[in-house]
Amino acid sequence: MVLSNEDLQSQVEALLGANILHSEINFDILSIEVAADKIHSIIAQLQKDEKLRFEFLTILGGVHYPEQINREFAVVYHVHSWKHKIRLRLKAFLPLSNPSIDSITDLYPCANWMERETYDFYGISFNNHPDLRRILNEDSMDYFPLRKEYALEDATREDKDDRFFGRF
Amino acid sequence: MSKEKEKVSNSATEFYNSKETIDGDIATINFGPTHPATHGIFQNILKVDGEKIISSEQTVGYIHRAFEKLAERRPYNQITPITDRLNYCSSPINNLGWHMTVEKLIQAEIPKRVDYMRVIIMELARIADHLICDSVVGVDTGALTSFFYPFQEREKIYELYEEICGARLTTNIGRIGGFERDFTPAFHTKLKSFLKTFPKAFSEWDSMLARNRIFMDRTRGTGPISPERALAYGFTGPNLRAAGVDYDVRVMHPYSSYEDFDFIIPVGVNGDTYDRFMVRQEEIRQSIRIIEQAYGNLPEGNYKADVPDFYLPDKADVYNNMEALIYHFKIVMGEMEIPSGEIYHSVEGGNGELGYYLISDGGRTPYRLQFRRPCFIYYQAYPEMITGQTISDAVITLSSMNVIAGELDA
Amino acid sequence: MGKIDDDKVINGEGYQLTTLDKAVGLARANSVWPLPFATSCCGIEFMATMGSAYDMSRFGMERLSFSPRQADLLIVAGTISKKLGPILKQVYEQMAEPKWVLSVGACASSGGIFDTYSVLQGIDRIIPVDVYVPGCPPRPEQIIDGVMNIHKLVKKESMRRRYSSEYKDLMSDYKIEIKDNGAK
Repeated sequence: MVLSNEDLQSQVEALLGANILHSEINFDILSIEVAADKIHSIIAQLQKDEKLRFEFLTILGGVHYPEQINREFAVVYHVHSWKHKIRLRLKAFLPLSNPSIDSITDLYPCANWMERETYDFYGISFNNHPDLRRILNEDSMDYFPLRKEYALEDATREDKDDRFFGRF
Repeated sequence: MSKEKEKVSNSATEFYNSKETIDGDIATINFGPTHPATHGIFQNILKVDGEKIISSEQTVGYIHRAFEKLAERRPYNQITPITDRLNYCSSPINNLGWHMTVEKLIQAEIPKRVDYMRVIIMELARIADHLICDSVVGVDTGALTSFFYPFQEREKIYELYEEICGARLTTNIGRIGGFERDFTPAFHTKLKSFLKTFPKAFSEWDSMLARNRIFMDRTRGTGPISPERALAYGFTGPNLRAAGVDYDVRVMHPYSSYEDFDFIIPVGVNGDTYDRFMVRQEEIRQSIRIIEQAYGNLPEGNYKADVPDFYLPDKADVYNNMEALIYHFKIVMGEMEIPSGEIYHSVEGGNGELGYYLISDGGRTPYRLQFRRPCFIYYQAYPEMITGQTISDAVITLSSMNVIAGELDA
Repeated sequence: MGKIDDDKVINGEGYQLTTLDKAVGLARANSVWPLPFATSCCGIEFMATMGSAYDMSRFGMERLSFSPRQADLLIVAGTISKKLGPILKQVYEQMAEPKWVLSVGACASSGGIFDTYSVLQGIDRIIPVDVYVPGCPPRPEQIIDGVMNIHKLVKKESMRRRYSSEYKDLMSDYKIEIKDNGAK
């Protein structure tokens, strides 16, 4: 049966209680913010709950907000309940000084590569991940390219004249 | 009428699994990155005992082109060419999925005619994608003829795309809010002749492989995956449906008026290569069915939505009307007014659920755009699917999974 | 009678050699065996060129060789990333002389629309290229035009080109060693 976002909000608040730091309905998805150190238990609860059954992890990714001090990185999880045909978005914020969070690979094996990709792009490390290393970039790369302070272009290229491309 | 899942076995796998001990040394074989049978650049380092695979280790990222970082630099209408290059065998689906994401963000009202036109294009793209995948499965089992016949049909689909957008493969089709122009008379002629001639050509090719004894012996029992493992690995699309789970984004969260059409979702039994092949063949037939319904009931109306902030005005208006001139300037320079917010939208791509997670902060370019790429997520299961099989089975399993390198690495 | 220029007599080419050059060039051009190094979207257009609508077989090129040792023409179609660069160079070095390189598509020629940190901005950064085919992706007719330009080069090439000093300089620019077995 299909739940509406408002019903889902009340059910999720009843289930998780004080663990939800912030919740809002954005366009058509309920989005809740949780603390980073409790993420594993919260996602396990959502997965195992008999009524809700968020048994499918759709996507996992990172975002970099350089202006928010102490909350620079966000890890965003989208889970999907097929029983109720509804999605839920969870966000956990991490500080720049210690961007690490628990891995959910034991709950959802498909999170393995998604977490590696987030590590590759942002440098967010996942505790208890079976094999945390770079996946899309070369292993010898020494910076995390999707952080906002790095340019899109390769800094060492010498053949393109930035004046002709509108970049100064 | 009960459907029992009969355990289909592969005689080669049975033979190898029956040998208790490892004979001799374990050899390490490099399957890729440049290999004729991996259609794309992936590397798998296989440890084999004779012909039987014991373990494998994957390396991806050989065409990492940094789409997600590139998208943060480009205005919304310039991101469409990047989405083309994700699953380049069915680029219209990627393009139209992106347009739908932006339309969700700006909350545009899309006319019904645009929806039906989009459905026709997306189903044509799905047919094109499945034709490539299945012809390649045939080639890898040794039937090279199975490559030439479907590619002729793909040329007809390319001609249909050219009527709309001018390009064959990486189409950059449509605009935010609809299409550039209505279907031309030439498009109507070509589509009608396609709908008449394709089913016959398709069944001629299909009959070569579908009940072919050699093909069935080669593909039944290779690369199996159970539904539970498939769900755990985040499978979507034909690979998941071959394992027995009928999840389709078009049915679960209908978009672009898919709820108006009547089609079935084909589901396999064993999750092996033969089932993946057959599910895709059946999906081609269902796509033809959808196109016939959409084309037969194409509603009258406008081919574009009323979103002057995002949709380029007519050239005649630009030269005569001040407002149109200003809109044209703003759209071309990429200075559109986008509301801020976060959207997740997904469409049923050729390989499964293709999702777009867009964070907009009100600026001219996205703050963050993440693509949920189905190939990237289900390719993780490949080592599990080939363990215990022979190397030639690993080759067919890889081609039947339809891993497109552009979508894998983004 | 002028002095016979020793250098020209020994190293130069007389009438018989140039006619032999033409015959060998004709034979080579009409049976070029390509190695398709197809990475992305241009690879699909290459496959369409191999198909029956834009047949490559009429040029004698339907025998694709995935082994570098048996190939004449390296067709690089698609984006080459920095991770893939060493592999491309190794494949090029493994090819036996004479070899030609056709760079299909904007990404292989110059990086294309991907001016990013991970994409090699053109394969001519690492290997010498003979013919470039622009396009994103180029139509099969354009790829065939590129192939025909390769044929022109093959027909005109002298058999001694690979031993000349200009060729050796070109290879040393790319830091590619030529394994010379004593032939001059």
